[in-house]
Amino acid sequence: MMDGDLLAASEKVQCDPVLEICGLHKEFVAKNKKIVHALQDVRVKAMRGRVTGLVGADGAGKTTMIRIAAGLLVPTSGSVTVLGLDSVTQTLKVQSAVGYMPQKFGLYQDLSVSENMDLYADLQGVPRAERPKRYDRLLQMTSLAAYTRRKAGALSGGMKQKLGLACALIKSPGILLLDEPTVGVDPVSRRELWKIVYELVEKDNIGVFVSTSYLDEAARCDHVVVLHQGQVLLEGAPREFMTKMRGRVFEVAAVSAKSVRRLYAELAAESGVVDVTIRSGKVRVVTEKEKQPGIGFLVPEKRAIKPVEPSFEDAFMAMIPGSGHHFRQELGGRNLADVPDGQDDAVVTTQNLQKVFGGFTAVKDLSFTVNRGEIFGLLGPNGAGKSTTFRMLCGLLPASGGKISVAGYDLHRSRARARARLGYMAQQFSLYGQLSVKENLRFFGKAYGLNNSRLEHRIRWAYDEFGLKQWQDKMAASLPGGYKQRLAMAAALLHEPDILFLDEPTSGVDPFARREFWLRINGFAQQGVTVVVTTHFMEEAEYCDRMLIMSQGETLAMGSPAKIRELACSPDNPEPTMDDAFIALADGAVNMDGGTGKKASPEEQRS
Amino acid sequence: MSTALFFMRLRGILRKEFLQILRDPSSIALALVMPMVLLFIFGYGVTLDAEYIPVAVVAEDNGNGSSQLLQRFELSQNFVVTRVATMAEAEQLLNVRRVDGIIHLRENFSAKVAGGAGGQVQVIVNGVDANRARLIQGYVRTVAGKWFDVRTGEGLAMVGVPVSIAQRVWFNEEVESRNFMVPGLITLIMTLIGILLTALVVAREWERGTMEAMLVTPLRRIDILLGKIIPYYLLGMVGMGLSVAVAVLIFGVPFRGSFGALFVLSSLFMLASLGFGLLLSAAIRIQFVAAQISIVAGFLPAFFLSGLIFDLESTPAVIRIVSHIVPARYFVSISHTLFMAGDVWEVLLPDGLMLGFMAIFFITLAYRKITKRLEG
Repeated sequence: MMDGDLLAASEKVQCDPVLEICGLHKEFVAKNKKIVHALQDVRVKAMRGRVTGLVGADGAGKTTMIRIAAGLLVPTSGSVTVLGLDSVTQTLKVQSAVGYMPQKFGLYQDLSVSENMDLYADLQGVPRAERPKRYDRLLQMTSLAAYTRRKAGALSGGMKQKLGLACALIKSPGILLLDEPTVGVDPVSRRELWKIVYELVEKDNIGVFVSTSYLDEAARCDHVVVLHQGQVLLEGAPREFMTKMRGRVFEVAAVSAKSVRRLYAELAAESGVVDVTIRSGKVRVVTEKEKQPGIGFLVPEKRAIKPVEPSFEDAFMAMIPGSGHHFRQELGGRNLADVPDGQDDAVVTTQNLQKVFGGFTAVKDLSFTVNRGEIFGLLGPNGAGKSTTFRMLCGLLPASGGKISVAGYDLHRSRARARARLGYMAQQFSLYGQLSVKENLRFFGKAYGLNNSRLEHRIRWAYDEFGLKQWQDKMAASLPGGYKQRLAMAAALLHEPDILFLDEPTSGVDPFARREFWLRINGFAQQGVTVVVTTHFMEEAEYCDRMLIMSQGETLAMGSPAKIRELACSPDNPEPTMDDAFIALADGAVNMDGGTGKKASPEEQRS
Repeated sequence: MSTALFFMRLRGILRKEFLQILRDPSSIALALVMPMVLLFIFGYGVTLDAEYIPVAVVAEDNGNGSSQLLQRFELSQNFVVTRVATMAEAEQLLNVRRVDGIIHLRENFSAKVAGGAGGQVQVIVNGVDANRARLIQGYVRTVAGKWFDVRTGEGLAMVGVPVSIAQRVWFNEEVESRNFMVPGLITLIMTLIGILLTALVVAREWERGTMEAMLVTPLRRIDILLGKIIPYYLLGMVGMGLSVAVAVLIFGVPFRGSFGALFVLSSLFMLASLGFGLLLSAAIRIQFVAAQISIVAGFLPAFFLSGLIFDLESTPAVIRIVSHIVPARYFVSISHTLFMAGDVWEVLLPDGLMLGFMAIFFITLAYRKITKRLEG
């Protein structure tokens, strides 16, 4: 589209809002009778022909806002107008004009693809004569035409999401409301969903209001509203946010691949730094102000520094008040050593590992090694077999075939001894909500057989390490999400295990807690703890030394982040991201064989 | 146009519900398999009759009369007789609960009977289970009474009783407690099934996130109500029919009423239970809790207050008043009447009216509680 067209189009849509939220307040009464202000004085407009994104950390109020727009919740005060209709007094009319996809997609598992579509067409009153044409278009758009007779429950995550979208679009709505549509879906499906959304916006000229916690998705929106603790912090075009960040974002290259993590920890400790991440093998730094002279790392001769184009994520992190403080609090006074070299002894080894549930093979022929002091990532979309693999590694689930050795013990024979050497943090954190922080730590310490003096010593360590001292008498259930995660991790580390297994530690945790988490993991690895971690966030792979990408129970690729990224290298895309690499791998465009010309040998796996 | 849309929505939601019933074995298991299992367990397990009661017999008399009487005890289905020589031995057996009663015939029993003075049979029963104790007393009296009758007929004994009681049992001629229990059990079981069907199915939709998507479509509240009542009414009635068939064909309970009356009255009863389940589901969004509450709020009141197990006439007035809001109470009465007596409209009509009133009451309340919002 030419710039002139864009301008004309934007003038046209300016006067045609599909959603207008004015002075919106929403209160909930919590169980302890406290009033929670979920949304305060929110004013938002979404225009026809535009994609309006709603971003914010967990608990910022995104879902509440979408639900109010869909007529599922009633505002405490303020007005919500959808396509000119009041969402409270004209709810039914609003509901026959909006398309809404809830977080769980709202599909009936026992019904087939076409039966689900028939149901929503009946409910929305789509005339029978119009259906074949509409179905054809939706099926073609979502590439589900070949699966119309398959039950929704048997579809993959990405296909379910597309079917959910097709059902929401069954009656060509004036506005499409999407509540975190891409959570837990693989990068390929995420990309496809956005393609469909943009096709709709262009061809049907509808308005889209979408909440997301993926900041790269927010950057694709025409207009972004940033929510923070129930209030609108800022809004505008993503490009505006990014332009303002010019001169504040840098990429710092490390001397060697091994020292990236050390450099990362060092830069995180600098004052005047708002955000530090590892991206494509380099450390990305966002500063508080443009070209701050006081910052040591900006002296060019010390390190290879390059100013880079800001991303929306950089802007987002800089926007949220006080985000830089987290890092410095976490790192106060910790000694930073280089990754100890030459420790190539394997701590975890699996050989041709297999797991079969009934007729379904969840894990196929998995072989890998994790060395001491390594951070090893197990990546893949939901349902790839990560958690199953994980449970086998911890001895919670017997393997159907193959060998596992953990800390030198064969898990088939000496499960108990291997367990004493490992710490495990489950996805739901497994804490006792009714016990205080101190009581939780005592319990887990005793369960691992720590005697009194050692237990007291370790609990003091946990207070210092995780900043839990001021929370010690609070019930675990009443802790904020980030602190629950800290407590769970402290409990897993009390008995000083050599190996730490973390199952999806960052899912359902906001970007800030995720950053803290990786900094801390980085610290433990530097002290020689081996960390095995699963995640479905592809960009988190950058923090790992090596990783294994799984899909449908099989190994897609294994190696260092740089090596995986290299696989997707092409003239069109000289610097691919982890997402690009996953997409290329999942498409079958590249593979480990193609990349190297032969199957990765054990020597290569260890390098 | 708007009615056409209404039927389109209703058709869509009904077809969805039926497909789910057909494909998800859990609702079929709940509506058809569970009543069968419960009916067999309770039908065979819960009986108010006592058979093969172990008793000790102490006969200090060897005469003709006492041996005849003892033979009758030994031949009776109700007793398993252990003969012992002394009372001390018999008491010991009673103490260790090897026997539930002692039948004691004194040494002059035969002579007294023959002499017309009237023999005495001493019966000692374990009174821990009062109900069972009364049963044993009754059986002893029956056996002894029959023996006296026979002797009177033979002219061997003088009857000292001037008035004889001609007993005749109506409606349940064999005095078989199963004929009373099984129709009552059907009531209890179908109460539970009716409540569970709607309460669980709605909670399942919340758990799977499909309810949220439903609420954002232009569904009216009446669509939601009908969409749940119609399919589960039909499914519940199939379960009901199956239970009645098992009662008549397998347990041999007589059915003397008309099937038309049974159909109409059990429909009302089923609707009341489904309505109650829907009412619960308005507040409960977790299947596990829905199942628990269904048992506590639905099954237990039906069990205790329907008059099936505990006679309502002998309960305190307060409890009797409370029992009037338990639909099972009316259907227990209806099913007893239909199975054993026939279409006695003097009983069926008032009970049926109460059930109809309750069905309307619960369904209306459920309708008012159905909300298209996420908050109550």
